[in-house]
Formats: sequence, C-alpha cells, structure tokens
Amino acid sequence: MPSFFSHAMVLRGLKVLALNTVIAIAITLFDNHSFGLNLVYSHCIGISIWAFIEVFNHFLVDNWQVHVHRLLFIVPVAVVLGYFTGHLLTDLILGTTSFQYWKQTPRMAFGMLFVSLVAGGVISWVFVSREQLAAERQNLEVARRQASEAQLKLLEAQLEPHMLFNTLANLRALIAVDPQRAQTMLDHMIAYLRATLSASRAPSGGNTHTLADEFARLQDYLELMAIRMGPRLQFSLDLPDALRAQPVPPLLLQPLVENSIQHGLEPKVEGGSIRIAASASDGVLKLDVEDTGMGADPAELLPPAPHTTGHGFGLQQVRERLATAFGERGAMILVAAPAGGMSASITFPLKA
Amino acid sequence: MPTALIAEDEPLLAQALQAELARAWPELQVLRTVGDGASAVKAALELVPQLLFFDIRMPGLSGLDAALELADRWPPAHAPQQPFPALVFVTAYDQYAVQAFEAQAVDYLLKPVQPARLQKTVSKLQLALAESARAAPETIANPATDPALEAALSQLRGLLQAHTGMPAQAADAGGTTPLLQVLQVSAGSQIRMVPIEEVLYFEAADKYVRVLTRDREHLLRTALKDLLPQLDPQVFWQVHRGTVVRATAIDTVSRDDAGRLTLSLHNRNDKLAVSRLYAQRFKAM
Repeated sequence: MPSFFSHAMVLRGLKVLALNTVIAIAITLFDNHSFGLNLVYSHCIGISIWAFIEVFNHFLVDNWQVHVHRLLFIVPVAVVLGYFTGHLLTDLILGTTSFQYWKQTPRMAFGMLFVSLVAGGVISWVFVSREQLAAERQNLEVARRQASEAQLKLLEAQLEPHMLFNTLANLRALIAVDPQRAQTMLDHMIAYLRATLSASRAPSGGNTHTLADEFARLQDYLELMAIRMGPRLQFSLDLPDALRAQPVPPLLLQPLVENSIQHGLEPKVEGGSIRIAASASDGVLKLDVEDTGMGADPAELLPPAPHTTGHGFGLQQVRERLATAFGERGAMILVAAPAGGMSASITFPLKA
Repeated sequence: MPTALIAEDEPLLAQALQAELARAWPELQVLRTVGDGASAVKAALELVPQLLFFDIRMPGLSGLDAALELADRWPPAHAPQQPFPALVFVTAYDQYAVQAFEAQAVDYLLKPVQPARLQKTVSKLQLALAESARAAPETIANPATDPALEAALSQLRGLLQAHTGMPAQAADAGGTTPLLQVLQVSAGSQIRMVPIEEVLYFEAADKYVRVLTRDREHLLRTALKDLLPQLDPQVFWQVHRGTVVRATAIDTVSRDDAGRLTLSLHNRNDKLAVSRLYAQRFKAM
C-alpha cells in the first residue's frame, strides 16, 4: 500500500477540483441559483465524496487487480456519505440550512443524489482504470528490464574472464605438447561457448532442449575443467537411455555444476569428484548434482538474499527458471552432504 | 645456478611455464612444482629457492597469502646467504594485480605466458639476482633486515591494497562504509549486542571471526576482510592477516632474536604475533 498522501493522489485532487468547477458551471446553466452558491455546493460535495473514496480505498484496497469489485460498495457508500457531509459543510460555510430543501423538494434532492452517484461511479472508474493501465505498463517495463539484466548476468557468469583466460592458457599449452588433445579441448570449448551464447539470447525459460543435449553441454564444460584441473577433478555423468529425449530448459543444471566446481572442488587442495545423474520415478524426473568439495556455508542453503553475488545468483537463477517452467511442480533441494560436499536435486514432472 | 619454485594449481600451465622458462633461461633450475599455496610455503622453506613463481588463484592458500606467510616465516638466519626470493606472480586475469604491479614496477606474468614477455621477466630477475649478490656483503652488518624481503613486502602491500581496495596500512578513516558501533553476535537462539568499545581484538578463524573482549569470547559469522572496512583504522590496527587489535589495548611490543614482533595486551594474557607485513607500524617514537 502506498503512503496515503501520494503524488498520484494530489493529481487526482486537482482533477476533482476541475471537475467540481465544471459541474458548478453546468448546474448554473440549468437552475436559478447563483454560480457562486453552486460553486461552493459543488466543491464541498465533490471534495467530500472524493475524500471518502480515498479513505476507503486506502483501507480496503491493496491491489486493484484483486480488489476492484470493492468499488461496487465503496463508491455508493462514499457518495452518500460525501453528499451529506458536503451539504453540512456548505451549511457551515454559508450559514444556510440545506436540509429544508429535502423537505420541500425531496424528488429533486434524490435526483441530485442519483446524479452524484452516477458521476462518482464514472469518475472513480475512469481514475482506477487509467491508473491500473499505467501501473501495468510500468510492471511490464520493470519485468523487461529485469529479464535483460538476468540474461546479461548469466552471460557474465558463464564467460567469467578468469575461466575464459585460464582455459585459453591451457589450450595454448596443449597446442605445443599435444595438438590432438588441444583440438579436442577446442571442440569442447566451441560447444560450451555456443551453448552459453545461445542460452543467453533465448527468452528465459522459453525454449527447451533434450536431456541428452543438456548432458552433452555439461560434459563439454567438465572436460574443459578436467583438462585444467588435471587429476584433481573426477566426474561422472549418468543418463539412462529412457530419459535421453526428455525436454528440459537449456543449461538448467549448468549453474549447479559450476558452483560445485568453483566453490566446492577448485578451492579444495586435494580436489574431488562430481556426479551428475538423472532418474525418474512416479512421473517425476530427478536431476542430481553431487560433489565431494568444500561443502557449503549454511547460508547458501537458504533462499538467497537479492544482493548475493556469484554463488547466490546461480542458485536464484535455477529457482526462477524452475518456477517459470513448472510452477509449484518444480523444486530444488540443496543439501550439505555429511561427509563434506554439496548435493543438489532438481525435480519436475516427467513428460510422458 | 639460479633456482626457482613454481606454484600453479593447473598442471598443464605449470608444465607450460616450466617449458617456457627452460627455453628463456636454460641455466635456471626449477627445484619443484607444487599445486597449492600451503605446499608452496612448505617447499620454499625447505628448498630455499632464489625465485618464486606463484599463481595468484590457488586452492587452500592463494598465491598472495602464501607469499605473506612465507615472508613471516622466512628465517632471518638465511638473510646474508639467502635473501628472500624474488617473487613473480602469475595470473590469468586479475586487473588489480596488474595495476598493483604496474604501480610497484615489480614483475607479474599474465597467462598464457608469452615467450617475449617471459624474456623480459627473466632479464629483470637476472638483474635482481646480480644486485642482491652484490648487496649481500653489506647486509651482514644487520642480518635482521633483508632488502629483498623488504622489497617483497612493499610489493605485497601494494598488491593487497589493490586487491581489497583498502590501504593495508589503514590510512583513510573517512571511508564510505559506516563504522560499526555494535556487533550483533548470535548466541544460540538469541542475538547478543556487543558494543564495539568492549572489543580488544578480532581474530579470523576460518569463515568466522573470534571477537575477544576483556572477559568474554564471541563468534561472528563474517569473514575478517568483510569486517575490516567497518572498523575505524585509527582505533583498530591490523597486525596480522588474521588479527585486528585495538591500538589502546596493546601494552607492550617485544622483539625476539629473529626480529619478530609480539604484542601483549593490557587486560588479557594473550600474546599476538605481528606479521612482517605490518611490522613497520611499530617503531619507538
């Protein structure tokens, strides 16, 4: 809920004042009272109605999308209350007794009340729909900006200069001593870069590729890391044939595997192993990434705070992509293995 | 014959550096190649090489930390015959290291190591070795000061400064980060508030920081390097990689035969070691 006196409210107030003036002019054209009198009535009633609507809205409406039907009772109640309050105000200001008028010409008084009701309803509706439209446009803008920011961050995470230059340095070293292996390494690197670049350009969570593709990309990355880390890194990939064609969001597991390497195995003096496996049971696909690395800071097992960098961003990204693609039916569990190391499991419905 | 030690965690890069060095400097003898910082310190103390090629990013102890530790543990008995080795850092991508070394005009190598660039490094190192050989007789007069070690320490200060974005000698009190007034220390299901005035010193312990007051000890779940920018450098002095002490809590500073400094405090019996990196702070006025 925004604070009560907002910029938008001041704007609405100005519009109400303008409308009240217009109404006063219109009434003066059709009755025999003076413009000044009508102006006082019109403003007192108009401002009162508006004030009641604002107060009710402030306390009863959090979100226009959800609560818009509440206008159905807010507007009539506010109009009736505002109408009488406005009259009382006018009496206070001018020293008149407008309630005489109810006794003398009740039909006309009810007519005026009815007109106020219709006008209040229409005006409220116009205000609400305009502001709603503006808010929606703003949300869309924010979402678009966040999406492009996320894509850029993903690309940055993947093309981290340290990773890139170290890999190139290794490639250069290999060219001299083992051209055959250098070529293989280059092929893995090309596949890795291609996957990274195309994933960063695709709409997030939009397209999918097969689990076999996903495992092939992970293999590219792990082969690169295995050349760099030498005997300090062992890895295994376990994909049952039956699951090869399962569709998954591209590079969904990549951040988990990178976390395992960067924060688990690379900093560990003796190195270790990483195991990636897919399995299925009861219509649920389960993807596991387990390492024997440094293990986690307990804070990393919690949902990340928005300001966390590196590690947190990867996990947050996996969570967001799971939520976009599978909603409630997708889940990620991070567990610190008792023997040290981390274990991450992603589950989502199997495609029949 | 000049001797060297290589510390590099990626085997292919270690191999490549050794091969390039063999080409650029055939007489150089690489005594050993190790894959992590702790092994590098151990091997350097054991083998006493003249040159160190340290990768900056290594598992366990980084190249920078390894160099600092080695500087602390380098026996001054070596000083006349074996001055502190000349340090060359090797890094894949580290703009800070590059900046720091450029400013300090000491050497660094960027991976992949280019033969032409390595040749330059080799020339510099040869010059440095020749100079320290010439200077050696003079240093016998005062074995506690090793010009090579002093040079290495000033490089390391520069590099640390660039790495953390903070002067190692804690000079700018007017930093942008607000200073801590109260520490929030978790104690079971409670959070205990410890006023900063009560803290005598901080000591890094893995991912935690031990907070020592006159009669208590607390654990903070923060890294010391994250805490440092929030402490007033006039009040709290860093005396070691893992120790930050309240200046007014220091009672005496004593120097042992090896030239190492140790602090004793007013209200606690603890003895705190001063790292050589920060030793220059303590000079009698």
